[in-house]
Amino acid sequence: MDRPVFRTEGITRLYRTGAVEVQALRGVDLSLTEGELVVLLGASGSGKSTLLNILGGLDQPTAGRVFFRDTELTRVSDRALTAFRRDHVGFVFQFYNLVPSLTARENVALVTEIARHPMRPEEALERVGLSARMDHFPAELSGGEQQRVAIARAIAKRPDVLLCDEPTGALDSATGVQVLEALTAVNADLGTATVMVTHNAAIRQIAHRVVRMGDGQIKADERNATRLAPHEVTW
Amino acid sequence: MRALNRKLMRDLRRLWAQAFAIAAVLACGIMMLVGMQMTQATLSGTQAAYYDRYRFADVFAAMTRAPRSVVAEAARIEGVALAEGRIGFQAVLDIEGLTQPATGRVVSLPEGGAQLNLPLLRRGRMPERTGEVAVNEPFGEANGLLPGSRFRALLNGRLQELTVTGWVLSPEFVYTIAPGAMMPDDRRYGVLWLPEPAAEAAMDMGGAINEIALRLTREADERAVIEALDDLLDPYGGTGAYGRDRQQSHAFLDGEMQQLGVLARFLPPVFLLVAMFLVNMVLGRLIKLERTQIGLLKAIGYSTQTIAAHYLKLAMLIGLIGAGLGVALGQWMGSGMIASYRDYFRFPVYLRDPATGVMVLAAALGMATALIGGAGAVRASVLLPPAEAMSPPAPPAFSRGWLDWAVGAFHLRQTTMMILRSILRWPGRAAITLFGVTASVALLVASYFMFDAVDLMADTLFTRGNRQTVTLVLASSQPESAVQDALSLPGVRQAEGAYSLPVRLVLGHRSRLSAVTAHVEGETLSRLLDDNGDAVALPSEGLVLPERLAEALGARIGDLLRIEMLAPPREVLELPVAAVIAQGMGQEAHLRAEALFAAMRIVPQVNRIHLLADPARRADLDAAIKETPAIAGLTDWSETRAQFDATLRENMSVMLTIQTLVGLMTALGVVYNAARIQVSERSHELASLRVLGFSRWEVGYVLVGEIMLLTLIAIPMGWLAGYGLAAGLVQAMATDLVAIPFTITRRTYALAALAVFAASLGAVLLVRRRLDRVELATALKARE
Repeated sequence: MDRPVFRTEGITRLYRTGAVEVQALRGVDLSLTEGELVVLLGASGSGKSTLLNILGGLDQPTAGRVFFRDTELTRVSDRALTAFRRDHVGFVFQFYNLVPSLTARENVALVTEIARHPMRPEEALERVGLSARMDHFPAELSGGEQQRVAIARAIAKRPDVLLCDEPTGALDSATGVQVLEALTAVNADLGTATVMVTHNAAIRQIAHRVVRMGDGQIKADERNATRLAPHEVTW
Repeated sequence: MRALNRKLMRDLRRLWAQAFAIAAVLACGIMMLVGMQMTQATLSGTQAAYYDRYRFADVFAAMTRAPRSVVAEAARIEGVALAEGRIGFQAVLDIEGLTQPATGRVVSLPEGGAQLNLPLLRRGRMPERTGEVAVNEPFGEANGLLPGSRFRALLNGRLQELTVTGWVLSPEFVYTIAPGAMMPDDRRYGVLWLPEPAAEAAMDMGGAINEIALRLTREADERAVIEALDDLLDPYGGTGAYGRDRQQSHAFLDGEMQQLGVLARFLPPVFLLVAMFLVNMVLGRLIKLERTQIGLLKAIGYSTQTIAAHYLKLAMLIGLIGAGLGVALGQWMGSGMIASYRDYFRFPVYLRDPATGVMVLAAALGMATALIGGAGAVRASVLLPPAEAMSPPAPPAFSRGWLDWAVGAFHLRQTTMMILRSILRWPGRAAITLFGVTASVALLVASYFMFDAVDLMADTLFTRGNRQTVTLVLASSQPESAVQDALSLPGVRQAEGAYSLPVRLVLGHRSRLSAVTAHVEGETLSRLLDDNGDAVALPSEGLVLPERLAEALGARIGDLLRIEMLAPPREVLELPVAAVIAQGMGQEAHLRAEALFAAMRIVPQVNRIHLLADPARRADLDAAIKETPAIAGLTDWSETRAQFDATLRENMSVMLTIQTLVGLMTALGVVYNAARIQVSERSHELASLRVLGFSRWEVGYVLVGEIMLLTLIAIPMGWLAGYGLAAGLVQAMATDLVAIPFTITRRTYALAALAVFAASLGAVLLVRRRLDRVELATALKARE
């Protein structure tokens, strides 16, 4: 449980739009270990999504270094970053990002077709409790169901890390709990290191560890002595 | 400037590539319309003015010899306003600097000045004395025969030295082509004007004429006049009067204008239609992408009308750019086409007609096209309540169908599935891409097939049909032994006689001026071929007619045709039609020599001799021909072929370049816009694929694959449409003189497909690069 999956050294990220400069990250040092479920908590604009995108290889820091195991992500090519995402990372977004022209099963198959050791799409959908809705198109599924398809798609490749950006942000609390249950189950069953970005403080109770962010910096980093099951959480 | 107008200009700048592609397609359609109409208007206006001013005659006739008094009699025919007689004949010319002999059409200048077909002096002066001559301007130019220069001419068997006094143009010779030649050749064929006494002396025609021309009154009945004139000239060996429709120069000019008219009527509407569809689609989709902005504008209090007007202005601006560009390009194209006609049709001046009416019409059409395209989409967007407009559109609904069965059967990848479902989900959108690509392939096929047709014509005519080096036209019919004599000319390896006479073919009330050619059994140099290039086996009896001639006469196999010979021996025969052959270029009737001479009850004769000559001894042959009185003219086949190739190809290449550009522009415009809109609408979806770990090329495949799949489907459709378009063009462009053979080679299909495929691929790859620029993190966040 203590081998680090991700390690960042003093990363900063500067956005420049015209004459305006926005410092999204100001020197973040963070280490994440295997099998950990970490909640990144912070207000809007605190830099948590930027950090998540950099960890997932969707964005590059302006300065500092990011390691995934022994690979320095900040030094590899675009092609290698694509391979990194393909082989090691699963993403879950606030707005699901399913391909509307593919059914639930096909959306998962989209990933299993290019992954190295994937599980069967049916198995992934079973894990999130969607066996009965596999042949439905996104437009025929509820928001919670769509998000669970997105989770199934993310875990089907057996990723080393699961990165979730406000996975419950667009859902009501009952549906959100279903989604969180799917995520904790995957973390427990497959031992996938999971990072969840949220501004919803209630969710922190399901994590092993809570990292609070503000102004582009880490303000607090603490472990939960006791974790709650998702159904015990309300907001 | 109001904020909304500023937005308009910025939108236009932001969308410049797409707006330009739409405008360019629109401009292509308008360019074709304006360019062709302008050319046609200019040509016909120039022709009308020239004919009127220089009194081009309405009816023409030739005869062996008639007393001058016949002119006054002809003038008394009802409906004749003016009659003029003259002497006309062919001559072989020996021009310095020209190894081969040239042929001249000699006409006499009436004393006291011409009343009809007025020669227009362009340089020097008119000839006044025997030994002086005026030549037509193109011949003078081509041979550098400035006033004062001299050349030798074989006039009625007598060699004479002539001095050029001036250059002339005439409405009778706007287009000059040697009898039997395929193409104009200004170096080897000229028109010579001699003072009347000189012509009389040369032809021993004192007090006589052999050609007559009539100008008719406005209400005259041309057919009645022609009949009366035929009756009048019959005793003098009249060869059949004819109207302008059979006057060579006019017939070619008219044929060209008719073809141009067909192109101008058929092609531009195709382009405009494609442009309209395209503009409609693109503007529609462009505006749909603006729905959140439209919602916002409504939310802050802009009225529906204001917003609609705002987007319609964008559509109109694009329409305006397209129309302006199209009109300008049309003028340029028209000027280019008119310039290329200058070499063929010698008018003193071209009265440029900018076809203003068409320009205005085209511009209005362009604007309307853009407006209609914009209106539908604007309507749909402005009618949404603002809150709904501002939120992202609901995910499109897909359903399972036969395709899902196909996936099971073929194990298609999911990205391929995305392509197929997208096409099936929006068939209308796919149909527009299909339509555009189909149209551009069709256009290229219909353009390139002209080369196939010309190749076939050239092959039939030269390589297979006429293998002789030269054809000698004899001054009069000779016994068959003349062929043996020709063998003794220097360098001649093989000689073959032929017999050809001008005739009038009559069936019932229909008649046609034509010629009959008698073929000797076993001829190898000049053979009768059909459009497939197959040698026609002549039946032992009866006539063989080319399709168009049979059609004109309403003749079918078995019908008895009346053949009135228009040259000595001027007999009238009746022969059955034995066969009708497909021969687009042919206007003559054919039969076996034995059959003809048996019917005429005379010993076989020849009036043409085909020669196969040693190229090394051509100079000697030419020199001998120049001095042989029995030879009235000749056709040099290698020269003819070179002319044929050069002229036709050069002439066609201008049009073809334009059509190719337009075809490719259409494909580019359609595909570029389709791809751009795909990227705008699906950037989110495609970005998610990148996030999932798909490489740039794997993601690009979804975009490129869809468009190229549609292109591949459209190509065979374009072939079919091109086949139809070409067939229609052949039908419509067939004139009395020429019908283009209808043939499309695989090369043409392949070229058209390849060109459009490449254009399509180029366009979509250009757009694909935009996918690289999509910021993954932001694309996923911003859902609009």
